[in-house]
Formats: sequence, C-alpha cells, structure tokens
Amino acid sequence: MINAVGREIPEEILKLTGKEVFQGTHHFDGKIVQKSGPKTRVVINSNGSKLVDSIHDVLVKCGLKDGMTLGFHHHFRNGDKVLNLVVEECHKMGVRNLTIAASSLGGQNDPIVPYIEDGTITNIQSSGVRGGIGKAISEGKLKGLAIMRSHGARVRAIETGETKIDIAFIGAPTADEYGNLGANGGKADCGVLSYSAVDAQFADYVVAVTDNLVPYPNLPAQITQTYVDYVVVVDEIGDPKKIATGAAKPTTDQRKLLMAQYCTDFVTATPYFKEGFSYQTGVGGASIASTISLAKVMKERNIHMSFGVGGLTKPMCDLLDEGLCRTLVDTQDFDEDAIKNISTNPRHFYITAGEYANPFNKGAYVNKLDFVILASLEVDVHFNCNVVVGSDGYVTGAQGGHPDTAAGAKCTIVIAPIMQGRIPTICTDVTTVTTPGEDVDVVITDYGIAINPKRQDLIEATKDSGLPFKTIEELRDIAYSITGEPEKVQFGDRIVGIIEARDGTIMDVVREIKPFEFKD
Amino acid sequence: MEIKKPAVAGTMESSDCQVTVEPGNGSVEFSLDSAVAHQFGNQIRKVTFETLKNLGVDNVKISIVDKGALDCTIKARIEGAVFRSVGQDKNLPWGGAIR
Repeated sequence: MINAVGREIPEEILKLTGKEVFQGTHHFDGKIVQKSGPKTRVVINSNGSKLVDSIHDVLVKCGLKDGMTLGFHHHFRNGDKVLNLVVEECHKMGVRNLTIAASSLGGQNDPIVPYIEDGTITNIQSSGVRGGIGKAISEGKLKGLAIMRSHGARVRAIETGETKIDIAFIGAPTADEYGNLGANGGKADCGVLSYSAVDAQFADYVVAVTDNLVPYPNLPAQITQTYVDYVVVVDEIGDPKKIATGAAKPTTDQRKLLMAQYCTDFVTATPYFKEGFSYQTGVGGASIASTISLAKVMKERNIHMSFGVGGLTKPMCDLLDEGLCRTLVDTQDFDEDAIKNISTNPRHFYITAGEYANPFNKGAYVNKLDFVILASLEVDVHFNCNVVVGSDGYVTGAQGGHPDTAAGAKCTIVIAPIMQGRIPTICTDVTTVTTPGEDVDVVITDYGIAINPKRQDLIEATKDSGLPFKTIEELRDIAYSITGEPEKVQFGDRIVGIIEARDGTIMDVVREIKPFEFKD
Repeated sequence: MEIKKPAVAGTMESSDCQVTVEPGNGSVEFSLDSAVAHQFGNQIRKVTFETLKNLGVDNVKISIVDKGALDCTIKARIEGAVFRSVGQDKNLPWGGAIR
C-alpha cells in the first residue's frame, strides 16, 4: 500500500506490525487515545531501602525471562555503560528473544552486537542506531524487526501500551537508597533524565543504576521514589569524557559559515522573527554558527527569544545568560557548558521527552516552536528528509526529534551542504523517508535556498531579501552536475526495519543491504 | 603504454582515491573498494577504462580504493599512477593522452 509520502509499504509488514500506513502529519489530530498503565508492586512496609547488590540480583528480582522488553536511555551518549552491563548480564543468565527499547543506540553499544547475532536480542526499538548495531541490522543479523521512531513517538508508543516495557533501567548520576534520581552532580553528570521519564511512569519494573549514592532524600529529583522499584550501585555508569565534551569551537569551514549566514538572513526576513519568537537548533557546525550570527541581529534589533528548546549547547545557554533568551527547556545536553548551565541558571528547565515532543498528549513544546533549524543526510525534490539510513544503505543515524520539531515548528529549516563527499545531499528520492516533505519549509545549501512551494507566504515574505533562491529541482541538478547522477543502492528483499512516523504509522521500510555488484 | 613497475597515486583522504597499477597478465584487471560503490561503482569503472584507453594501457592490474572522489580526481590519479609506473615525470602529454 502506498503511503502519503509515496512509499510502498508491503502488506506483509502491515500484517506483522498491525500498523497502518502514514496518512499525513495531522491525520490523527483530535483523536481520543487510551493510555495504558503499568503493574505496580506496592511498597507499604517501612524497611526503608530499595538497594539491591548487583545487576544480576535485580534481574532475578524483576523476574527476567525470555521475550521481555527492556528500556534504556541514552543521556550518557558515547560514554554509556549501563546498557552494555545489563545486556551482558542477561546473556550470562541465558535469556533469549529480548527486545531492547532504548531512546537511542550508538557506537558505545557495539559490545552487544554478538548478543544480536546469538539471539539474546531479537528486536530493537530506538530513535536510530549508529555504529556496529546499525551494520548488524542492515546485514540482516537481527532476527526480528528494528523499529526506528522519534523521541516523541517513543513516548507515544510506551504511553499507549504499543511498547510494553517490562523492566526499565535508568542510569542516574545521583540516587538515594529509595529511588530519588537526579541528573546533576556525580561522576556521570548528564544534566537531564528527560528520555527516562516515560520509562519510569510506564514500565512494570523500574531499576535505577547509579555510581553515586547520596543521602536520602535526593532533591530536587527528576525521577521520584514513587516510580522506582530498586536501586543498584555499580562502579561506573558512564565515561564522563564521552558523555559531554567541551563546547565545540565555532566552525571556520567557509561552506558552513556561508550556510549559517544564509540561515540567519532568511530567519530574520520572515514575519516569525519578532519579539518573543521561539527557536530550536541542532548541534552541527552550521547550526551552531547560525545561532551565533542570529544573536548579533537579535542584539541589533532588540529582539528576544521567549524560549529555546533542545538538545542544548553552549551558544543557546549563552543567549540565556546574556538575557537574549528568557527560558530554555531542556531534554538533552550536548556539552559541558549546557550541563553546567542547567544547574546554575534558574530559567533553564528540565522537561520530559513527552513534554518535548509526544504527538499523542495534550500538546507538546514542539507545537509552540516558531523556528527549528535541522540537518539531514539527504533531502529530495519532494522535501522529504532522511536522517536514519546512509546513502550507502546502512542504518547509520537517528530520528531524534527531527520529525517532531519539523511537524511542530511554524518554519522548519533544513541546512545541508549540496554534497557530502561524492554523495549529493539534494536528490530525486531519499533512500528512506524519515521526515515528510509536508513538514519541511526551507532547504538551505551552499549553492542556494529552496522554499517549499506550499509555503507561498514564506516565498512572498522573503522575496526582497537578496538571498539566492532556487527551486529544489535546480539544487538537485547542480548537485548531480558535480557528482554525477547516483544509481540506487542495491537492497535485498528482506525488511529489517521500519521507519515509524510520529503517530505510529509506517513512513518507510528499511531493507537488508546487498553487496554491490557491477552491472553486466 | 606498458606498465613496467608497480606505482601508486592518490591518498585515502575523503574525496580522494588511491590508485595502484601493476604489470598485467594480458588484459585490464580492475578492482574497486569504494565508499560510494552502490551509487557510483559503475561510473567509476567506466571512467577507469576510458582513462586507460586514452593512455593506451591495455595490460594492467589496477586497483582503486575510493573515498568518494569525483570523476576528474579519479582520472588524474590513474594518469599519475600510470606515468609513475613508467618513470615519466617530464614532457607529459597534456592535451594529448592526458585530457
């Protein structure tokens, strides 16, 4: 069946997943949904401690068995140790057919690849996958299906019961013996525990894993004792050097600086750029450079940001500290400055991933965004974006909040160089669709800017800006004139993963990779 | 031209390619390891054979490790490797075999 972005979703996969095809971003607006509730093992006694000696013992207490779904967060990013520790113990205990439902997975989790190959793990649900796990999925080593869903969609799936988490593991930079969890302080300081909030509220068993036990009560707590069953102390939950690095040096890449300037000139030419506008941006060099150049214009024109959303980095925190931005709402911290800022600036707030982006609650922060500045691996002439599957066909990226913010923001801007290496970023059809073109308003490249024709209002508002406007087809043609027209990646028949839309429908499928063969 | 000794041109940097030529066994033996094989493998092979033909090379083992080089780069690296293999670094045929 063909979906709203023109992708053929095979019947077999609709049958297997019980899902529908994607029918448009706002198809379910106003729908009534029933939330599911977790089992709760009540604590009436006054014994006073939830401490358990080891990961092994806690898995026994939680009744770990074949086929269970385990939840994890990725706030420790490349430094995460919790997921590997738990999965390794599951493997030792001999359980099979586990589903890993993580907010994201990356190269730090490469040690679990053998457990995919041996059937300990047979299903994966994640924002996306980088590194060895992505390779394993694309090469067909995962026996079940990989479901790639956005940060907002993960919350929706868990709250509606589509994903039932049996045991959630929450790596906590600080914890007390009764399960009050904080994200500030400790060896593995990560700033916020936003992705874990839904795990805490909807998993049957919730296990806190910490390397920093503090006196009771550990307040303020981002996750409170009423949700936590057990607390386990281990040597190390994350490698601080890999959780966050120092703030990225502002880029000196002329191509990125050019795109950043185009972005600032475009943003400031739109009617949304006025006192009290709202804004989210990414962590790429061009995005950060555009935040810095935007700050200059804000100062010149005395315009303030009402709130910024992130995925936060130093330049956004600088806006807050300088009074150019009134409030930051935070779901993840990408550098040490952002982690420090949330504990020092009282207008920098922790929000949950659900508050940030869940399409099936009563209104998420993304709905209140004026601008979002995004990146993309590929953008096609239908303005569809691909941020999960590399042009070589391997799963190599993550949806993150890309589809959520694109859907929510009034002006969604994608910054992408026209080519990366020999790969044309602007192409005829993206390898897989992760964010539908209906939600992408502007594409900024180093060779010009294309506005989605459905946004005649933006075309009209910016026509005298002096910016180099082109059609998206013209940008594609420029790219192909340099790189040559690419052939399609050769895929096998087997479907190894699905790209889920925010609302749980199927946006696209990911097929097994096939080794390259020359024609004839 | 006859390939006399093994020669290399190019690097493993992004957007470059490393071309190795060795004396052949009577034909062109081509091997490719490319980061963009799926999209441009056939095109890279076509450019390689055209470039070798222009140079008059029909007996060579040529292997290319490609890191996303454009056609012009691939062509230049092949020409570099071939002229190195015959020890010619002066009086190169600009506008002739090299075009």
